[in-house]
Amino acid sequence: MRSASQATQILDDSVPGVSIEDHQMLMAKVADHGDRDAFKKLFLHFGPRVKTLMLKAGADQALAEDIVQDVMMTVWRKVHLYSPERGAVSTWVYTIARNARIDRLRRRSAQPYEDLDGLELASEEADGEAETFASQRSECVADAVADLPDEQRQIIEYAFVQDLSQSEIATRLALPLGTVKSRMRLAYAKLKGRLEVLQ
Amino acid sequence: MTVHHHLDDSTLLRYASGDLDDAFSTIVASHLAVCEDCRQALRVAEDIGGGLLDTEAPAPLAADALDRIMSGVTAKPLRTARPSQRTESSADVPIPLRRFIGDRLDGISWTTVAPGIRRHRISLDTPSSLYLLHIGPGKAVPEHGHGGAEMTLILSGAYRDALGRFGPGDIADLDEHVEHQPRVEPDEPCICVVATEAQTRFKGFFSRLLQPLVRI
Ligand SMILES: [Zn+2]
Repeated sequence: MRSASQATQILDDSVPGVSIEDHQMLMAKVADHGDRDAFKKLFLHFGPRVKTLMLKAGADQALAEDIVQDVMMTVWRKVHLYSPERGAVSTWVYTIARNARIDRLRRRSAQPYEDLDGLELASEEADGEAETFASQRSECVADAVADLPDEQRQIIEYAFVQDLSQSEIATRLALPLGTVKSRMRLAYAKLKGRLEVLQ
Repeated sequence: MTVHHHLDDSTLLRYASGDLDDAFSTIVASHLAVCEDCRQALRVAEDIGGGLLDTEAPAPLAADALDRIMSGVTAKPLRTARPSQRTESSADVPIPLRRFIGDRLDGISWTTVAPGIRRHRISLDTPSSLYLLHIGPGKAVPEHGHGGAEMTLILSGAYRDALGRFGPGDIADLDEHVEHQPRVEPDEPCICVVATEAQTRFKGFFSRLLQPLVRI
């Protein structure tokens, strides 16, 4: 582990009450004006969290730092591909980080994901109502994950944060694979259930 | 395209968290490319990742991390042209499969593997395999259990099995315990793409005998 003295204090971004809309406003400034200050704020929020994700997935310090640079550079380059209709900025950054994890940690191809992004974009029309729904959806899902029963939340975190495969989760918890699958389905059904009030 | 058979929720979560190998991520992306319902469902699954990312404790970055990124973001990001909806109506291959087999199903080269059954392998660097099958009208595929998980996405034509009728866009997302015997509808051949996990065990003598011949 890197000692605290080697790190800067730039990480103190714990600005209270940063909302989905705040991040979306920063993204719009980057997209419209190439606003570097807005980008810096996004970097200070997401950079350290993407690093945590990579460390928890098994990357060492140097690799995690490299991936943070790659992911955030992709955020800058592809900022026009983000649309509030897709949901929170954090969801979009997660998908970029996941793709980097697939390419660089799992040494597989994220190409199928990227093919799909292109298609999504081609079929989207701006729509204020859809944007509001997407923000609410992202927020509601994030809250609902926190409320899942422990045995379901743990499996979700193993998969999304620690990057464990389904069979690794089964081994770690000494559960049959089928039980891991059914707990995943239960968790997902619960999240979807919480969304019904939004429709 | 009206889709009746969709991805299992646990598959959507695996795709969203990046847990599928290239054979399975390609077939899942190919279903997503033609299924708006599953694309909506995927967004919910990806929101899980976004929510967890947002609540992670931040890890200290290296002292030069901010300088490093800021020195790279000098030029204003380019507004890349939104990829246009593919207008050429002749393309009938889902986008994620096009870099392997081209735009059109009638351009695929086939190898006969059994009477009425032709195959086109897609070579990937994974233990799982991905291949296309062209099965003649009315033809039944020999009953088979699976050595592991198997997914089949219909690209044209249709087949029926105990689970119902599978037509274009439908995906059979089966786990390893399901045995099935698909029969192609009588009027036209069925073209589908199949992803199978590495064979981990053999069912018995006959399938062991058949395995090297058919491998489906
Ligand atoms: Zn679907």
